[in-house]
Amino acid sequence: MSDMSDAISEFLIESHENLDRLDNDLLTLEERPDDREILASIFRTIHTIKGTCGFLGYSSLESVTHVGENLLGKLRDGALSLDEAITEGLLHMVDAVRQMLAQVEASGTDGGGDWSDLIAELTRLLDVSAAAAPAPAPAPAAAAPELEPAVEVAPTPAPVAQAAEEHVHEGEKAAHGRSVADSKIRVDVEQLDKLMTLVGELVLARNQILQFQPTTEDAGFTATTQRLNLITTELQEGVMKTRMQPIETVWSKLPRVVRDLAKQCGKKMQLVMEGKETDLDKTILEAIKDPLTHIVRNSVDHGVEPPEARAALGKPEEGTLLLRAFHEGGQVNIEIIDDGGGIDVERVKAKALERRIITPDHAARMSDHEAMNLIFAPGFSTAAKVTNVSGRGVGMDVVRTNIEQIGGSVDIQSALHEGTTLRIKIPLTLAIIPALVVTTAGERFAIPQVSLLELVRLDSDSGESRIEYIHGTPVYRLRGNLLPLVYLDEQLGLAKLGGDHVSDTATNIVVLQADGRQFGLVVSDINDTEEIVVKPLDKQLKEVSVYAGATIMGDGRVALILDVLGIAQRAAVLSKTGSEGRGLGDDDANTGAGGSQLQTLLLFQAGANRRMAVQLSTVARLEEFSPDRIEYASGKPVTQYRGEIMPLVFLSEYFGGVASEREVMEVVVYQHDGCSVGLVVDHILDIVEENLGSMRRSEYPGVLGSTVVDGKITDLLDAPGVIATVLPEFFQQGVCA
Amino acid sequence: MEHQTTSGMQFCTFRLGDLFLGVDVQCVQEVIRYQEMTSVPLAPVAIRGLINLRGQIVTAIDLRKQLDLPPSQLDTPPMNVVIRMEDGAASLLVDEIGDVLDIGEDAFETPPETIRGAARRLISGVFKLDDGLLLVLDPRKAIQVQGTAAETVEAAS
Repeated sequence: MSDMSDAISEFLIESHENLDRLDNDLLTLEERPDDREILASIFRTIHTIKGTCGFLGYSSLESVTHVGENLLGKLRDGALSLDEAITEGLLHMVDAVRQMLAQVEASGTDGGGDWSDLIAELTRLLDVSAAAAPAPAPAPAAAAPELEPAVEVAPTPAPVAQAAEEHVHEGEKAAHGRSVADSKIRVDVEQLDKLMTLVGELVLARNQILQFQPTTEDAGFTATTQRLNLITTELQEGVMKTRMQPIETVWSKLPRVVRDLAKQCGKKMQLVMEGKETDLDKTILEAIKDPLTHIVRNSVDHGVEPPEARAALGKPEEGTLLLRAFHEGGQVNIEIIDDGGGIDVERVKAKALERRIITPDHAARMSDHEAMNLIFAPGFSTAAKVTNVSGRGVGMDVVRTNIEQIGGSVDIQSALHEGTTLRIKIPLTLAIIPALVVTTAGERFAIPQVSLLELVRLDSDSGESRIEYIHGTPVYRLRGNLLPLVYLDEQLGLAKLGGDHVSDTATNIVVLQADGRQFGLVVSDINDTEEIVVKPLDKQLKEVSVYAGATIMGDGRVALILDVLGIAQRAAVLSKTGSEGRGLGDDDANTGAGGSQLQTLLLFQAGANRRMAVQLSTVARLEEFSPDRIEYASGKPVTQYRGEIMPLVFLSEYFGGVASEREVMEVVVYQHDGCSVGLVVDHILDIVEENLGSMRRSEYPGVLGSTVVDGKITDLLDAPGVIATVLPEFFQQGVCA
Repeated sequence: MEHQTTSGMQFCTFRLGDLFLGVDVQCVQEVIRYQEMTSVPLAPVAIRGLINLRGQIVTAIDLRKQLDLPPSQLDTPPMNVVIRMEDGAASLLVDEIGDVLDIGEDAFETPPETIRGAARRLISGVFKLDDGLLLVLDPRKAIQVQGTAAETVEAAS
């Protein structure tokens, strides 16, 4: 009995593989109807399925494949030439076979369903050929399957003995299959998984042994350890390779998807694939299958315009969808490129505003690239109409989530009327990853290297002063940009939220990227980078989103692997709904500020002894420019900033001083109605919270008033006043586009 | 070793305070002494940590918390009873390990309706022994942990 079920499962595996190839073969055939080799290959596939299912007693399956085989026989014979109707019929047959195979897999029988419609369709196609072709067509139902190949072997339809016929056929198959069949064996994935686990153990044991190495003087031991190290690494790579499959296994389903969908939408599409042979871990392949299919469907449905629209734009009527895969820097890149209509950034923004995914303020500050990535925000869909293709609730947000779950990232670039490029980066494997090991509150944690951007270490003497606070929220000025800081111990409940972080030693900031946002994770110690074996957490801990898994360290103890995305969400660096919570001005979420008069001020130096402050809420960004970036427009200093011309106002000059000569200019970017002005200051000092209740009003131009901040007199800048004097046209629109 | 009594069942027994508990020996992978463990911040309170069991990471569950019992007053560290179910393993932390008992089914009774709280969910039956009662733990439910403790940790800090 078990022999039988083995035979069935073997049959299923083989048939599924064959069917995938069949789909593609048929599509190729549609382009090159005369390709004998492909026809023969298709014929063989169907013949094999038919033969096996007859042997296993699947009569419905047999009857369907039988008619299909007859039809294919005619085609190969040249008695009939391929047209769209026949391709369609054959594709239907492949679908039917696939459906029945699924049933076989589920219930052990082919379901005995009624396929008479399909059989009738195929027979009709066959009859058309019979009527048209002069060759005598045997009655399809009565024809013995073995008779068909006869046509192939002998161009003259001389009857050949059945046995010999079958033999020739087998021989031909073997000749075709030998190189592959003899050099490959099928291995159960479970077996490979087990091997992978064992190699993981070996890697751990190796790491443990390596720890002993420095403590011993024994040269023999050292040499052996080094060999063990090398062999383990090689073995690890080798076993990892066994789990690799070419991306083609996933791609092979796409030509059919594209063809059917293009037809349905009345579009003309051409699918080009580059880098089919790019290898990926099987689990990763599984994980990207659905996102990839979704993206491809999206491109066909929304990306590429209908033929008329394309013709009107002077583009070829046939749209091209290019899939490209390649290895780069230990990661796999997959690009999905279409030459369609592209994405209209303004429409994306408008939609995001309408859906309340972003605020108007935020929209104005966004770069095109950021705006483009809004299509990945949950609840976003630009499709004007919901078709049955897309708009089925599975949005691009799910695509992104799925890809990020396997440690990948996705990015979109698009030019209106030119096309869209979606770029997916995914790791080669999930089982063993490089990670940074950090310590906080006495516990070790591993951070996957893919999310890591850089490490910043602030020494104790300068450390404190360089961490600044916006409404009590710590930030660090990393090359002029404010990096929100997240204390790991606080996030994990190991220390009080908002507690004192004055440490005697240095402050370690791990700069991480999650979902396109950067943040700094403050940890007590940074240990080392290590290759770690990722083990999933038990279901009891699945709920805790800040961990991606666990691993066993060289000393045998367990360490948790942090899920950077989860941490970012927990710390509200990322709001769960998507693209909010970045940078300055969004701190209104922080309701911690008590009195209404308490304001967050940016302190800076403008002129020799002039200490000034400006309300942080009016500041868009802090930037540093090199003075050689100053250019002049209409005689006024400007600089190119984020693709715009930003006027510069030198505050120290305004207040009658001389700007100090510095290598970098520190610039406070002030924004009004989407236009930016750069206020050049001598030095940015600090960000403080201050009660402005005691401010003394001032009549002096450009100054709102004076108050005491940190024990020093500080003038509060009247930024609109200053700008209105220096750039009278600024508030009347039109300075920036 | 053949089963000597066909009608009876074998239980791996252990003590937790005053309670004498047992789980079907079939579900017990092994019993090991206290292992160093890594605590899991933000995890449900009943999860004490993760232990490395020969390369396999196993979640250690505080059975006292599961049964709403006060923390142990003992000086000795808890023992691990590693439960293996189809979908993974977990370790139950108990005070003291007892013998493996062979008990006839006639001594079995379902727990009384009056039993309250967490015990009602976790205890599937009672065996009347000569020197007391053996409470049978439902291993599946015993390793099921409810709720996350994220909020409680924050509240406590």
